[in-house]
Amino acid sequence: MANTNTGSMKRKRAVGNFFGYVLLILISLIWLFPYFGLLMASFRSFDASIEYGGVVDYIIPHTFSLDNYKFLFNGQTNYVRWYANTLIISIFVSLFNTCIVLCVSYALSRMRFAGRTFLMRFWLVLGMFPGFLTMICLYFLLKQMGLTQAGAIPGLILVSVASSGMGYYVCKGYFDTIPKALDEAARIDGASRARVFFQMIIPMAKPIIIYTALVAFMGPWCDYVFASYIAFGHDASYNVAVAMQRWMVVGDYQGYFTRFCAGGIVVAVPVTILFMFLQKYYVEGVTGGAVKG
Amino acid sequence: MANTKGGQKKKNAIADFFSMLGKDLKEIGVTFKEGDFKTKISFLIFGFGSLLRGLWLRGLTLLAAECGLLYFIFSFGWSYFSKIGSLGTIATTKQGRKTVYGDNSFLILLFGLLTLFAVIAFIAIWRINVRVNRNEELIIKNGRKLPSNKDDFKSLFDSNFDKTLLALPVAGVFVFTVLPIVFMICVAFTNYDANHQPPSNLFTWVGIENFKNLFSFGTAGFGGTFVTVLIWTLVWAFFATFIDYFLGIAVAMLINKKGIKFKKLWRTILVMTIAVPQFVSLLYVSKLFANDGLINGYLLKWGIIDQAIQFWVNPTLAKITIIVVNIWIGIPYMMLIATGLLMNIPEDLYESARIDGATPWQMFVNITMPYMLFVTGPFLLTQYTGNLNNFNVIFLLTQGQPKTGNLVGGAGRTDLLITWLYKMTINDTNYRMAAVIGIMVFVVTAGISLVVYNLLPSVKDEEGFQ
Repeated sequence: MANTNTGSMKRKRAVGNFFGYVLLILISLIWLFPYFGLLMASFRSFDASIEYGGVVDYIIPHTFSLDNYKFLFNGQTNYVRWYANTLIISIFVSLFNTCIVLCVSYALSRMRFAGRTFLMRFWLVLGMFPGFLTMICLYFLLKQMGLTQAGAIPGLILVSVASSGMGYYVCKGYFDTIPKALDEAARIDGASRARVFFQMIIPMAKPIIIYTALVAFMGPWCDYVFASYIAFGHDASYNVAVAMQRWMVVGDYQGYFTRFCAGGIVVAVPVTILFMFLQKYYVEGVTGGAVKG
Repeated sequence: MANTKGGQKKKNAIADFFSMLGKDLKEIGVTFKEGDFKTKISFLIFGFGSLLRGLWLRGLTLLAAECGLLYFIFSFGWSYFSKIGSLGTIATTKQGRKTVYGDNSFLILLFGLLTLFAVIAFIAIWRINVRVNRNEELIIKNGRKLPSNKDDFKSLFDSNFDKTLLALPVAGVFVFTVLPIVFMICVAFTNYDANHQPPSNLFTWVGIENFKNLFSFGTAGFGGTFVTVLIWTLVWAFFATFIDYFLGIAVAMLINKKGIKFKKLWRTILVMTIAVPQFVSLLYVSKLFANDGLINGYLLKWGIIDQAIQFWVNPTLAKITIIVVNIWIGIPYMMLIATGLLMNIPEDLYESARIDGATPWQMFVNITMPYMLFVTGPFLLTQYTGNLNNFNVIFLLTQGQPKTGNLVGGAGRTDLLITWLYKMTINDTNYRMAAVIGIMVFVVTAGISLVVYNLLPSVKDEEGFQ
């Protein structure tokens, strides 16, 4: 009796698992399909004598070719320059943002000073203004400093770093979970605040440092709006998002679609690999941040 | 009841402010009256007292701040600040072939505001300077020893470490966030648009005309468009947040299910959507759904349809497609968060429910969902406000299209407030209305946050689920 019962439960579970697998495979196919299509399109030649480089209604190219990739790197466009621009922005933003976020988080998490709650509330309210509102004003501010068009790269880094202090939430939340008793013990032994920060907190904050740096690094790869405004009309200062968006929207009818796909693959592969390596830290940061709100 | 309570609170805050101000003024008076000549001169020359008392580090800092600010205000700022009432009167003229530039309203407003902030900073530093003198005198009076310059310097890395850490971030936020926001709020009260572009044209204050325009429902008014766009923004954010939320939890539970293998593989496949830059994936997906795109192409080839589905042309269909594509973006993110949280639900809750004969569905409704909603309440709120301003998804997929003649200001059928603001800034250079829309976005975001935050169970009752 008991035996048949567990038997039927086992069967039930097996059926449930079967449907679970079917569903998961279906989901995986849907989620991977665009990347598969992107990859396939990147191997379709734009050479009119071979195939068409625009949007077509089939997924597997009739002939595989590397024309699109050759086009990216043979100097016909500034693609390499755009790529380098984006990489430079990402590296600097990632570096400086992390430093600033760490400083702000430590000050707000560990120290109690006049105006602390005011500062936190004020920044919270500031964050509710849409970012694009201030675009023209920032443009002219940067123009006064000579950081637009030709100087757009340092300009973009400056703007991104300058307001990064407001994104302290996840990092401060992490610092809050490090027991204060540790700080106090060190302070009783005569360590200054700065020493506690540099020699105790920072080594313990490795996961959150990686999270902050990773998120800051990924940001500039998608920055289209502001970058296009600051670099307006100066081809050598574009980043990949700005330049390739133009291929897609303006060059669409000249068959730039496959070239866009190839460029997208070249952008996506390194960023995705980096992300996959540091996935653990990303998940930790996102989950921690979500629970604390 | 709640109202009177709020009113009282406000009154108290005002009373507090004035009593604080009174105390401050009294302290300044006492400092001056009881102070020696060093302190008295310090009222004019910052840091004078500290310098004569041998504390040259703080003395010089104060003095340098005074000189710097005064130099900025008088040599640079004043010429702009004095014109801020009219934003300039001398128009740019053409004399023959040469252009003679007059006032630049933009720079007058920008640098005028900067000067105003410099004056406020000057007063604040003056106040600090007075307090420093007062403290030094009190220490001497009580016969204690003044801290040395070395102590002053060391304190920057110990008791005053917060100031060292925050100086740069706060300054950065001030110049690149606060100043531009105040500037744009001011622009909302001017006629800065395509016809009033410095340096060739002046713009000036127009009071609340732009706000009147936003709420005027005539043919040229922005009222109808604003309401349409606002409603779509709210509806979009609602669906984008909650569909992703529930489906994300469902997928997380499916992967977490006992007996399902390769958990890591399934998660990694989904997480790729977060890793690949959105401008690549979303632009590709937008072409996927195009009239001549892959989806229509295959459906036509297989004979399922005989006419391309107008994914991005039909307004209603475009809205639905955007929400569906956003599921593709949103589920992985929610799945990651839910995976961590689901493991935190105490297993014995399920155990006892199972003994009582609860079905899986009952357990989901009565245990899993209440727990998740409780824990993720604030997160849902930030997701919602984030989606209100979700520029990337809309802009990369449709750029606000399909276009329509029924809406003013260049707004398309799928435009959110934020993309409409962007279009008005870039395409129409209608800065005055863009600024007004920006303020409205702030009002909507702040309003929803404030109301919902106070209703959240996890805020009202922090211990609720523990």
